[in-house]
Amino acid sequence: MQDLALYEYVLRMGDDSLILGQRLGEWCGHGPILEEDIAMTNISLDLIGQTMSLFDLAGQLDGSGRNHDQLAFLRFEHDYKNALLVEQPNGDFAMTMLRQFFFDAFRLPLYEALCSCPVEQLAAIAEKSVKETRYHLKHSSEWVIRMGDGTAESKMRLQAALDHLWRYTDELFYENESDAQLQAKGLVPSLQSIKQTWQQTVERVFADATLDIPNSNWKFEGGRFGRHSEHMGYILSDLQYMQRTYPNMEW
Amino acid sequence: MVTIAEISAYLDEVFDPEIPVLTIRDLGMLQHIHYESGNWQITIIPTYSGCPAMQQIEADIRAKLHEKGIDNVQVSLVLSPAWTTDMISEEGRHKLQLYGIAPPVNEPDKSVLFAEAPVVPCPKCRSKETKMISLFGSTACKAHYQCQSCLEPFDYFKCLK
Repeated sequence: MQDLALYEYVLRMGDDSLILGQRLGEWCGHGPILEEDIAMTNISLDLIGQTMSLFDLAGQLDGSGRNHDQLAFLRFEHDYKNALLVEQPNGDFAMTMLRQFFFDAFRLPLYEALCSCPVEQLAAIAEKSVKETRYHLKHSSEWVIRMGDGTAESKMRLQAALDHLWRYTDELFYENESDAQLQAKGLVPSLQSIKQTWQQTVERVFADATLDIPNSNWKFEGGRFGRHSEHMGYILSDLQYMQRTYPNMEW
Repeated sequence: MVTIAEISAYLDEVFDPEIPVLTIRDLGMLQHIHYESGNWQITIIPTYSGCPAMQQIEADIRAKLHEKGIDNVQVSLVLSPAWTTDMISEEGRHKLQLYGIAPPVNEPDKSVLFAEAPVVPCPKCRSKETKMISLFGSTACKAHYQCQSCLEPFDYFKCLK
């Protein structure tokens, strides 16, 4: 079952989950309160679990037979196609939660649409992941509201996070020629339709959070082409350290 | 040669490592047992994508069957059908309750945004005056609650559908 366009698609989804999962894992032992420390690492675990399923499928789709560990640990920076949004540093809790909210609001409708994908393995991953992602979005959207409509301090921090992160959101909906091919075959949804749902979610949550949607069209992209921000190298050196130092080690 | 019924009975002695009162059958994770090309094929489904207990469960299945003298075993993990909390048996729900974990309740409000938190009765005193402390608890499958009547903090096995 070789399909390079689908390989690219599934790998990209896995890269988003992997890098965001790795970022959330950095909070382990550093959360502002114990419950949130546990929540962020729980969500990280879900994301890494989803990554494993997506990467195992990707390894079949390109015919290489690579498993999830090989795809996670043994590629170079430009081979990762995650969006720049997910590699942004954790910053404070407001930054982390807003980044999470933007991602969850994108991932949920994507998984919902992929539940009816004719490629059975991808539909099964979506079916499994959609249930987990509902909890993620519930959690992140509630924090955005709590902080946005909270104290002067929390509002100020969330606003600063929004001013920084907004420029990275548009890249989530970037589509290339492979996407067009897959859509023409009816395998994957159009990301423009996902974007509409995303926008509605953002508008609804921002209204309660008393935040304004920025009116800036200034956007950053690059991750989808393998061009990353300087942060990516640091993430990978942490993530890949063991496999690069002790090749093929297992434990 | 052993029969499917015997294998099935042996697997009733394999427990979830994180909730050791429940067997993998109580949880609804045990999907299929069959014999093919000289091997016993045991199919299980994961509760959560990243649940770290899965590898342990695979190892526990092998160890249990090894203890019974059966070594030609293959354990495979499949994602479909996707596990839901409805797959937990009645007996499993009862055991959870006795263990102090509130079993999943039917959550009427299905919306993701702005949904009302479900009413989860306290597993100790049965009071319905309970409060959600955190949506994410000690494992991926649980939320953290506290009873407002007897003040007992407790785990709630989150509804996953």
